[in-house]
Amino acid sequence: MSRAAPTTTFARRPGATLAPNAYDDVPYEEKLALWEEVKADPRFPDYLYGCYECGICVAACPSARFYDFSPRKIAQAAAREDVELIFEQMNDDVWNCSQCFSCDRCPRQNSPGGLITILREVAVRHGLASSQEALEGYGRVVYKIMTTGTQVSPDMLQPDAFPDWGPDVKEVSDQLDLWRRALPPETLHTTSTGWEVSEKTLLELYLIWHYSDVMDMIEEVDEGLHMIIMDVMEETLEEAGYEI
Amino acid sequence: MTSIIPVESLKTKPFRVDPSEAPTEDIREVLFELEEAGEIIVQRVPEPYVEVMTKYGRTKKIPLGQTWHHKSCGQCGHIPGYSTSIFWLTRKLGYDYIDPKDQTSCTAWNYYASATSNVAAQGGVAMRNFAAAYETGYFPLIHCGTSYGHYKEVRHEIVHHDDVRATVRDIMSKLGKPLVMPEEIVHYSEWVHAVRDQIAQHQVRDFSDIVACVHPACHYYKLIQEDAIYDPDIYGGQRTATVSGLILALGAEVADYSTFFDCCGFGFRHILVSRDFSRSFATMRKIEVMKEEANPDVVITHDTGCVTTLDKSQFAPQAHGRNVGVPVMSDAQFAALAMGAHPYRVCQLHWHSTDYRPLLEKMGIDWEAAWIEFEKDLKRLEANEIEYLTWEDVDG
Repeated sequence: MSRAAPTTTFARRPGATLAPNAYDDVPYEEKLALWEEVKADPRFPDYLYGCYECGICVAACPSARFYDFSPRKIAQAAAREDVELIFEQMNDDVWNCSQCFSCDRCPRQNSPGGLITILREVAVRHGLASSQEALEGYGRVVYKIMTTGTQVSPDMLQPDAFPDWGPDVKEVSDQLDLWRRALPPETLHTTSTGWEVSEKTLLELYLIWHYSDVMDMIEEVDEGLHMIIMDVMEETLEEAGYEI
Repeated sequence: MTSIIPVESLKTKPFRVDPSEAPTEDIREVLFELEEAGEIIVQRVPEPYVEVMTKYGRTKKIPLGQTWHHKSCGQCGHIPGYSTSIFWLTRKLGYDYIDPKDQTSCTAWNYYASATSNVAAQGGVAMRNFAAAYETGYFPLIHCGTSYGHYKEVRHEIVHHDDVRATVRDIMSKLGKPLVMPEEIVHYSEWVHAVRDQIAQHQVRDFSDIVACVHPACHYYKLIQEDAIYDPDIYGGQRTATVSGLILALGAEVADYSTFFDCCGFGFRHILVSRDFSRSFATMRKIEVMKEEANPDVVITHDTGCVTTLDKSQFAPQAHGRNVGVPVMSDAQFAALAMGAHPYRVCQLHWHSTDYRPLLEKMGIDWEAAWIEFEKDLKRLEANEIEYLTWEDVDG
């Protein structure tokens, strides 16, 4: 059930930072604009109801065990509307989150993981350098899901990309065509997609990307990737009689 | 061994919940109100179905047949014996199903990993798939735990935010599709749970010596918690019953360990570009703890990322002499093996990394003979005597 967002806030005054941070050179107004965008997201009221500082979310959080990362601080910064700290988190913290939603066990029913989903999206939409860095090496995955409708295809399991998974990866890669033919379900004989997706289905997926402005987000973080995906989509859509 | 969590006392004092005191709304009631107002079509669960209890004591309908299988990227891509076993079980139990080509990924792996998406796009993808299922008359059965969790998020947003619903409806109308939501969001492991007694009736292999640890998938029972199955007879109703209920029905032992509630370490972004984190977490918080406290023969889980992370992450720590080395598979593969499925033709265990052969031996399976049989299949494929291995080949 949706409830109203907290009305009591403890906003830090512009420039009144607790400690200098690496983003002092970014104007406060820019940081505030990003925060306003986060708050305007329709999901925001469902993800933040206040914070006891009990730390249950931290105890449950896998990322908190291996990174300097705290879902409690995410919820706290959002509840206090600490614009400076939120901007710092948007750059330095949010990409450490595992998005497992173990933090959803919050007794106030906050979802720090959900807040992070929004913070990341705003960071991507504005092309923050930190989001570009976080997504370096990820372009091939974005390309795959956007253009084929399935993510992480069989032929992406290459030994040079997964050396830590052991020698079996090379065997799978070497035997891929044959082993895929040895799968009884008819839709799984593919190697470049997880399963066979019909052309009509793919066309509909491209239209969804087009109508939902997702491509603008990708352009902000990777112009080259955006261009390649647009080429694939435009060609398919134009062949089907659409103009985008 | 002294259990860190008092599981035994949970079993002796079952926790019973009163649905009238549930802390959250029953979203299905809101869905039906929206349908009444002409806002949305609600696709009903087809009969026959099994009624199960969810976290807050509500009843959930699990369809047995007439299912539209919403496949999983990671399962189909890298551990295809997972999907194959789900289909095999469905066929063996005699239920009708569709394995559609008119299905895309839910795209939530990318949504949680890269954030290069938004509410409208995610809603559009979900509702396009649901509309595709509705057009066939078959009911969505969702293979991936993340798809299941994410679709529940999408349902919440579409139900509670008029503007989101209007945006997604507009996208659907441009595709020529209605706005349709299934009455229940159903994960395949819930179907396995619902038919576990039928599976046990068809069991041909003795699992009474098998000790299993369960890893429950975060996106199954943490993300929108109220849809997950709970049962007073399993962990006293204090942990999700899915997966554990199946193992118990098959006569194997479910061994407890203290990090049961921890994530596997998948991380979405991390498993692809920051695997040191995923590997460390999977090793130190899951596999090593299981080994030390329960020493299981196998880890059984019910999601794509969990199988991948827990299985693939063991190679590097094993090379460093860490206390790992437990095979990992899905509940569907475990159930299929119990019912006599071929370990390679059906369960496709050669796609898994951690050594599963000692487990097969304990199940009474001659894996060497089975591999020779499968190699013969491969030779026939190589010689183009057959184009693909078929269900008839598997059952022959």
